[in-house]
Amino acid sequence: MTFSPTPYCYTGGRNTESGRPTILFIHGAGHDHSVWTLQSRHFASHGWNVLAPDLPGHGRSPGPQLESIEALADWVLDFVASVGIEQVALAGHSMGSLVALEAAARAPARVTHLLLIGTVAPMPVAPPLLDATLSNRDRAHAMINQWSYAPRAQLGASSIPGINLTALNERLMQRQAAGVLHKDMAACNAYVGGFEAAARVACPSLLLSAALDRMTPPKAITPLAAAFTSTATVRKLVIPGAGHAMMSEAPGAVLDALWNFVGAFPSFGQEPQ
Amino acid sequence: MPIHRNAGADTLALHAGQTPDATHRSRATPIHFTTSYVFESSDHAAALFNQERAGHVYSRISNPTNAVLEERIAALDGGVGAIACASGQAALMLAITTLMGSGGHIVASRSLYGGSHNLLGYTLPRFGIHTSFVPAGDHQAWRDAIRPDTRLLFGESIGNPGLEVLDIPAISAIAHEARVPLMVDATLVTPMLQCPLDLGADVVMHSATKYLGGHGVAIGGLLVDGGSFDWEASGGNFPTLTEPYDGFHGMDFAEESPIAAFLLRARREGLRDFGACLSPMNAFQILQGMETLGLRMERHVANARQLVAHLVKHPLVESVSWPELDSHPDHALAARLLPRGCGGVFSFSLKGGRKAGTAFIEGLRLFSHLANVGDAKSLAIHPASTTHFRMSPEALLAAGITEGTIRLSTGLETVADLIEDLDRGLHAAQKANA
Repeated sequence: MTFSPTPYCYTGGRNTESGRPTILFIHGAGHDHSVWTLQSRHFASHGWNVLAPDLPGHGRSPGPQLESIEALADWVLDFVASVGIEQVALAGHSMGSLVALEAAARAPARVTHLLLIGTVAPMPVAPPLLDATLSNRDRAHAMINQWSYAPRAQLGASSIPGINLTALNERLMQRQAAGVLHKDMAACNAYVGGFEAAARVACPSLLLSAALDRMTPPKAITPLAAAFTSTATVRKLVIPGAGHAMMSEAPGAVLDALWNFVGAFPSFGQEPQ
Repeated sequence: MPIHRNAGADTLALHAGQTPDATHRSRATPIHFTTSYVFESSDHAAALFNQERAGHVYSRISNPTNAVLEERIAALDGGVGAIACASGQAALMLAITTLMGSGGHIVASRSLYGGSHNLLGYTLPRFGIHTSFVPAGDHQAWRDAIRPDTRLLFGESIGNPGLEVLDIPAISAIAHEARVPLMVDATLVTPMLQCPLDLGADVVMHSATKYLGGHGVAIGGLLVDGGSFDWEASGGNFPTLTEPYDGFHGMDFAEESPIAAFLLRARREGLRDFGACLSPMNAFQILQGMETLGLRMERHVANARQLVAHLVKHPLVESVSWPELDSHPDHALAARLLPRGCGGVFSFSLKGGRKAGTAFIEGLRLFSHLANVGDAKSLAIHPASTTHFRMSPEALLAAGITEGTIRLSTGLETVADLIEDLDRGLHAAQKANA
C-alpha cells in the first residue's frame, strides 16, 4: 500500500533500518509528532526504528483529517504496512492511546507491545470543552492546559530548562488548522469500543498514568485495565508529580517506564535490556 | 494571539519557574554555583548530549538557577521559553546570529539604545550583516526598507532618546506580510507595563540589568520567544532553523520543535559556541529584583508623573518629552499600547543649553549622575556633555537632543525629596544662565 499524499513522519533523528524492532508513537488531539521528540530520540539511538507520524491533517501531514478512532486505527496499520514493517510496538497518548488500542485489537498479530499513556476508555469529553473547541478555540486551549498540567507547570516550572510548557502546548494547538481539535475531541467522545478492543489485545500492555492528571485520572482506568482478558500481561503504572502532559512534564519518567516495559518483554530476537 | 496566563503578573513574578526543591525544600531559588553536572551513567551522559533526556550538562548552556529566571520571564511575557544571557547586548547578538549569517539584513528603528545602534550600525557590517535604520513612527519607511534578504525587524517599546512609542501591532503586521519576525526590546517597560508578544511581536529582549533587577548590581539579558512565528512558512529564509545542522547531529530544529525551534538553535548553537551565558549569581540577583517588579514599576510611574508635572510648569524648562504628555507625538499611541504607564525614564530640555545642563547635573545631590536607567535609585545624565559629547549641535538636534537636554530615570525615593533635588539643580542652572 502506498500513501498519497505522503504523511510526515519523524524518526527520532535516525533513519529506519531493517532487522530492528519498531515503535510507533501516536500523538493526541490537536498535537503533532513534536510531543514525542525526547522519547523518540532515545529509542532511535538505542536500536529501535521510530515512527512518529503527524496524523492526517495535523502538523506537516496533509489532510483530510480522519474523524473516528476506528478510521485512525486503520490508517496507522496501513501506514506501518506502507513502510514495509510487519510488527510494531504502539505507543499512544490520550486520543492516540485510543487509536493504539483499537489498532492493537484489529491486528493483534502485528502489535508487539501496547503502551497507553494518559488513557481511559470510554473517553468522554466534557461538553463545555467540546463546545469550546468549536466556538472558542482559545477558551478550549486554556481549559485543556488547565486540566492537563500539574500545578508546578501551571506556574511555569519545567523539566526542560527555559521552556514554558503550557505556552508551548497552547502555541502547538494554535498551529493546527481550525477544526482539527474539535474533530479529534469528537472522535474521542464518540469512541465506545474500548472494552471490546481491550479484550482482543494479545500483546503485553502498559497503562501509564500521571498522579495529577485531571483529563484521564489514574483511578478512572481500572475498568479498562480489567477489560484486557486476552493477554497475560497488563501493567498499570502511575508517575508522581505530573499531569496529563506527562511526556513534557516528566519526560525522563515516561521514557523509563516505556523503555523498561518493552525491555521486560522482548520480541523479534531482541536481547533483554 | 496572546498566550493565556495561568496567574496574575505579580504572582508569576514571585513564583513562576520555581518550586521548592525535593531534597531541601528551599523556598527561595537556590544559587546553583556549578559549572557542570554529574552524569548518572555513560548512557545518561550520551542521552543528555543527544537530547533524549532533559537536563543540565554544562552551565554555559543551561543552569538550574538561570532556568528559573528564564521560565519566569517567559511566563510573564507570554512566551514559550527564554534564554538568559550575559547582558542585553548578548541577548540581541544571540537573536541576530540565530536568525541569520553573513548576507542578512535588518530593518531597525532609528530610536535605539546607543549600544544596540553601535552593534547594528558599526560592528555587524564587518560580519556581513547590514541594517537599514528608519524613523520608528514612519510605517511606510519600515515597509520600503524591507528587502529580499531582510530577516528581522527590530525596535524598542519606548525608544531612545525621544521616547518614541513603537506601534507594535502595525509594525508586526508589516513584518509578517513580508514573512519576517519582529523583535522588540522591552527593557524600559518590562512585562508589568507592556507585553510586546501579546501585541504581535515574535521575540522580545530585555536588558535585565535595568528594571527587572532594579538594584543596579547585576548585568544580564533575556531573550523570550513567542513561539508564534512559523519559520517553515517563510520560503526557506531561515535555513538555520529549517535545515539540518551538521553541528548538532544533523538536527532540523523546526522538525524537532515546530514551536520552539528558535530557542533550540539559540541554546544548542549560540550559547554553546558564542558562550555569552549568564552567571547563576546574576540570575539569582535578577530574580530577587523581579519579585517586586510590579510594586516598583507602579512607583516608578507614579513618581515620574509627579516629576514631569513639576517640570512642565517650571520657567527654566523649555520642554518635557514623555509619551504620557499631550504634547508628545506618540501620546495617543501610548494611551493605547501602554495604558499602565510609560515607565520612569523621560527627558527634558533646559533653557541655556550646554552650560545650564552641566550646572543642573552638578547641582543635584540625590540623583546619581551616571550612564544607566531603570535603577531603584534616581539617575540623571546630560547627553550633550557625556554620551553624545562628540556630536555637533546640528547632529544632536537630528538625534532629538538639544544641548540642554537632561535624561532622568525616576527612582523609588520619596517623591518630595526628588522634587527638592530637581529644584536644587534648576537653581544651579538658573545661576549659570544669569
